[in-house]
Amino acid sequence: MTLSKKKTRIVSIALIALLFGFLAIVDNFLGSYNVRILSLCAINIILAIGLNIIYGFTGMFSLGHAGFMAIGAYVATLLTMSPATKTANFFMVPIEPWLLNIQLPFPVSLLIAGFVAALFAVLIGLPILKLGDDYLGIATLGFAEIIRVIINNLPSITNGSMGIKNLPDVTNIYIIYAIAVLTVFFAYRLSNNSYGRALKAIRENEIAAEASGINILKHKVLAFSIGAFFAGIGGALLVFWSNTIDPKMFTLTATFQVLTYVVAGGLGNITGSVVLAFTFTFLMEWMRFIEGPMNLGFITVHGVPGMRMLLFSVMLLVIILKFGKGVFGDYEFSINGIINFFKNLKKKSTKKGGSKNA
Amino acid sequence: MTLEIFLQNLSNGIAYGSLYALIAIGYTMVYGILRLINFAHSNIFLTGAYLAFVLYAAFKGNWILAYGLSIALTACLGVLTDKIAYKPIRNAPRISALISAIAVSFIIENLLLIIFGGRPLAFPKISLLNKIYNVGGISIPSINIAIILVSGIILIVLMLILYKTKTGLAMRALSSDFDTARLMAMDVDKIVSITFAIGSAIAAVGGIMYASKFPQIHPYLAAMPGIKAFIAAVVGGIGNVQGAFIGGLTLGLIEILFVALFPSLSGYRDAIAFIVLIIILLYKPTGIMGKSGRVKV
Repeated sequence: MTLSKKKTRIVSIALIALLFGFLAIVDNFLGSYNVRILSLCAINIILAIGLNIIYGFTGMFSLGHAGFMAIGAYVATLLTMSPATKTANFFMVPIEPWLLNIQLPFPVSLLIAGFVAALFAVLIGLPILKLGDDYLGIATLGFAEIIRVIINNLPSITNGSMGIKNLPDVTNIYIIYAIAVLTVFFAYRLSNNSYGRALKAIRENEIAAEASGINILKHKVLAFSIGAFFAGIGGALLVFWSNTIDPKMFTLTATFQVLTYVVAGGLGNITGSVVLAFTFTFLMEWMRFIEGPMNLGFITVHGVPGMRMLLFSVMLLVIILKFGKGVFGDYEFSINGIINFFKNLKKKSTKKGGSKNA
Repeated sequence: MTLEIFLQNLSNGIAYGSLYALIAIGYTMVYGILRLINFAHSNIFLTGAYLAFVLYAAFKGNWILAYGLSIALTACLGVLTDKIAYKPIRNAPRISALISAIAVSFIIENLLLIIFGGRPLAFPKISLLNKIYNVGGISIPSINIAIILVSGIILIVLMLILYKTKTGLAMRALSSDFDTARLMAMDVDKIVSITFAIGSAIAAVGGIMYASKFPQIHPYLAAMPGIKAFIAAVVGGIGNVQGAFIGGLTLGLIEILFVALFPSLSGYRDAIAFIVLIIILLYKPTGIMGKSGRVKV
């Protein structure tokens, strides 16, 4: 049994309303620390969806996510900051005069940040997207590292390796979650329309897709730039979330983290990206107590830096060894799937796969 | 630039390139057989240096024993990572093994951080590697000579193994066609283990040399040389041992000469390797020594 489109829409809207109700409770009663952790979870969801569109949907192995994040972060910051804070930040090398007086509202600069990242994706995508899987990964990795080196060496625009501090406080948990919901919605619509199917066809077999009349390069560049757009938005939200930019935030490790969410959740699987990005981020923050001093009653253990990351990596290794295709595999969350699941439970139906509405 | 300065830079560039080449061998051999970018390799390279550091202190300065043992232990570590993290998912999608490699890389990095702390440690300076020779106005540190000599010897030995022994034949067979080679009843797991052992041992040699040249080690040191060595492997043609050497030398020389020619742009030094990489990938995607294969429908 499936619900009609209209009913599904109503249930979806109700679920989103429920989510924001929950956020309001967190925001008002659970303290700013929890608010920050939950916000970071949503930012990582946006980043993971971006990479999932590039790698999961289209099969383009990209290790350049950190590069697009950096572009988005710097563009949004430089467009949003007031001239006074800019001057205060750029005390070693003065900022370029044409950049000093630009100040746009946050939503506008966030959008521009996404589009600039997407533009870069088109520019580098046109030449390199013809490369095959591993070579594409290496080339995009190279691109991200070049971006980082350039950022470190352009003090009059990026303030070099010192980064930028005191970013304006323009985001909050509601804005971040609203963007995350929009991102998930967009990815869901994309995966179910003709563009998304073309992308998946390219992933499964490029030659067969081309023979079926799909313009490979056009679709690849399109998917690559959509993914980069979300990476740019996510990167911008990330630096506003942390109130500072440090070029070290955009090393290969950042890409690896997003990649682990996507692969551990299941390639091309939106549910997987969302759940794993959320869970991993939450656990990483929650495990912080391990690195603090602990009183075990008879002895006091001093915090050991690195313990948290170690546990995370061991967890990741276990997940990968246990679930070769990611935790969620091909299973996608859907309202109809859940309803059918319970229906089947009631009927005690022996039919297999009733709940799998991928 | 005078001739002396040029020659000075040339010797430095060759030493750098040889270091890249030593690390690149492990990447290229593993990729050749398993088609896996072993991101943990850079951490294995660094572990070699840390083990040498510990054993040097434990054996009270007997460096031959300390370094020899650290190379052997690093080889074991390489085999162990394969057994734990890569072998169980040999038949899973390739990306799983890559994520597994990333996890191993994080694990080793943080274990080093937990055991040794984040502060840089002073790597012992052996007097043999700490001399400076003056040859016709050029001063060459003995460590550079050692690096070049050792990597030359390793290349020759490796070539002999690859082309004159049965194991080497098996490695080349696996590298050119994994599935067919497996059908010829060869012990694939053993050959893969040997590959990891050789690659890791050579990485340990590279790690010790690197730490002797820049005598400070810290847990985050591995990333940059590791990535550049990997690029060297790609530039030379990944899967090809001679290519790793050619790629390493190319990269080392270009990097050093770039800094020497444009000192004002020295901040962009780390970008050079990546620019070379992208140019090579665009014009000869399989690298300098690589064979180009056609995609079959």
